[in-house]
Amino acid sequence: MSPINYVYLAALLFTIGAAGVLIRRNAIVVFMCIELMLNAANLTLVAFSRMHGNLDGQIMAFFVMVVAAAEVVVGLAIIVMLYRARHSASVDDASLMKL
Amino acid sequence: MTGVTGMTQVASAGGTSDAVPSLWTIAAAGDKLQAPSIEYGKLSPVLIVLGAAAVGVLIDAFAPRKARYSAQLFVALAGLAAAFAAVIGLAASGAGTTKAQIAGMGALAVDGPTLFLQGTLLLVGIVGVFTFAERRLEPAGRGGRVDSFAAQPAAVPGGEGEQQAVKAGWTTTEVFPLLLFAVGGMLLFPAANDLLTLFIALEVFSLPLYLLCALARRRRLLSQEAAVKYFLLGAFSSAFLLFGTALLYGYAGTVNYSAIARVISGADAVSDPVLADTTGNDALLLIGGALVVMGLLFKVGAVPFHMWTPDVYQGAPTPVTGFMAAATKVAAFGALLRLLYVVLPGLRWDWRPVMWGVAILTMLGGAIVAITQTDIKRLLAYSSIAHAGFLLAGVIATSEDGISSVLFYLAAYSFVTLGAFAVVTLVRDAGGEATHLSKWAGLGRRSPLLAAVFAVFLLAFAGIPLTSGFAGKFAVFKAAAEGGAGALVVVGVIASAIAAFFYLRVIVLMFFSEPQADGPSVAVPSVMTTSAIALGVVVTVVLGVAPQYFLDLAGQAGVFVR
Repeated sequence: MSPINYVYLAALLFTIGAAGVLIRRNAIVVFMCIELMLNAANLTLVAFSRMHGNLDGQIMAFFVMVVAAAEVVVGLAIIVMLYRARHSASVDDASLMKL
Repeated sequence: MTGVTGMTQVASAGGTSDAVPSLWTIAAAGDKLQAPSIEYGKLSPVLIVLGAAAVGVLIDAFAPRKARYSAQLFVALAGLAAAFAAVIGLAASGAGTTKAQIAGMGALAVDGPTLFLQGTLLLVGIVGVFTFAERRLEPAGRGGRVDSFAAQPAAVPGGEGEQQAVKAGWTTTEVFPLLLFAVGGMLLFPAANDLLTLFIALEVFSLPLYLLCALARRRRLLSQEAAVKYFLLGAFSSAFLLFGTALLYGYAGTVNYSAIARVISGADAVSDPVLADTTGNDALLLIGGALVVMGLLFKVGAVPFHMWTPDVYQGAPTPVTGFMAAATKVAAFGALLRLLYVVLPGLRWDWRPVMWGVAILTMLGGAIVAITQTDIKRLLAYSSIAHAGFLLAGVIATSEDGISSVLFYLAAYSFVTLGAFAVVTLVRDAGGEATHLSKWAGLGRRSPLLAAVFAVFLLAFAGIPLTSGFAGKFAVFKAAAEGGAGALVVVGVIASAIAAFFYLRVIVLMFFSEPQADGPSVAVPSVMTTSAIALGVVVTVVLGVAPQYFLDLAGQAGVFVR
């Protein structure tokens, strides 16, 4: 199988993630969809790395994993804080500043 | 299928390494692994700031609660001042002009724009520390004076834990290392010379900002909501930036800026002709470039990626809003300029029309929506969107003047912003800051000095002559007109006129309406906020009356190293 198929798969996963961010209402699920988008980018990087025959893409993938882990730490802290104050993690309920 | 199917086949293929990608095999003899050479001197501003941030974390972990505030304040100011001295030293040694070079094995470019923006960011950081450390505005608790950050961020708002923490007079001294980490990432962002560094720097400065937004002492629900919105939308946009990065890597086979530019211009052939129909494909280049630019436009706050700006600016603690509004814009415009001028100049016939549209939408959108605002922080947020549009006009110029005018505008704008938000922290009533515009009526009669200072900032935002705003706007529009964007300048002037209306409306409100009976009082700050505001006034007036020296400085800094 040609590695380009992994790029197509990654584009599909990225689109699913982006659609999920826009459609889903629970902050945790929205966040999971963002993680899906990051992992789709990782898959693209690794597939292209294989096609080009250099290691840049694989190294980037490692960095992205670390960044995603750091983002989880910060993101879950913020979302849990919101949940404890309101007993709801819905992004629709967070509308105090709506005009 | 031309390549290999697995490790075993590679191993058995042995000597015929020409047909095999050199992923799993190395040449037999000779090649020793070279240790990377790092130019520590050139990277010293970043290293000093990040080192100070690490020290700050240790202080918060080990120092007793009483000692933390003064220790953190000292470390933060010392770190930022030392880094600023390092930037001045580098600039004096010619690193910005004749000795501009790529440092850190191709990861960072140390050149004129980098040093100019790093210097600006460090000064913004120092003023930011001043406003963060202000402890005269909130009523004192039992444990001493407190600042505008939550007593115990983890405690539920209005809960028992919060009450105890407030009573004990606790404060969140973690804000200082968070600010230093954010400044460290921002110093890297305009210097990034490959797409990996760009992404990492983006995250390094964004993650602390997400947290800082959530830490307000008053109106904590608003603050937490702002943090959630900023975090989710920021992470969303950085995922787009990352996917764009991956596609550009697929196109060019490298993440280095100048190498990508060479592939785009056709100077370097794209890797393997066998791959020509999949990689090296223009669709990858166009989509990838668009996604990366989109991620940067989000950070800049350009329409249509501006939705987070008003909510985050309103909900975040005001010192954080001021710091974020000034510093994020400086860092993100630096990175946007470098990306468009170093990586994508070969595509300028593709990106210029798009940026035209974005600039027009941003200028008009920001200025028109700002008219309807009733909250001073939201008003300043929409005004920052309009200013992003004016800056984009300079970016579109695609000339050396374009770069230097944007640099000058950023320096002028950031100090006005810091000063304006510092003024907002002083106008208070029983519930904390009185940000509703109706509360500001008649402020000029109660507190003429403060109102006059705020009027100076508003005039600078509006771009009235003899303020820094005029000099900056003039430079940007002149560069844009000379770069062939005359129509854009016309739109820009119309948007400025619309924006002037609501700035003047606030001035009229402050000086020519009757004060309300239950109006806010003006708190007397310590020397720190006073100096932040004073510096804002001085920079506004000096850059407005005698801008030539600073225009020359920006002009010398206006060349990117490739």
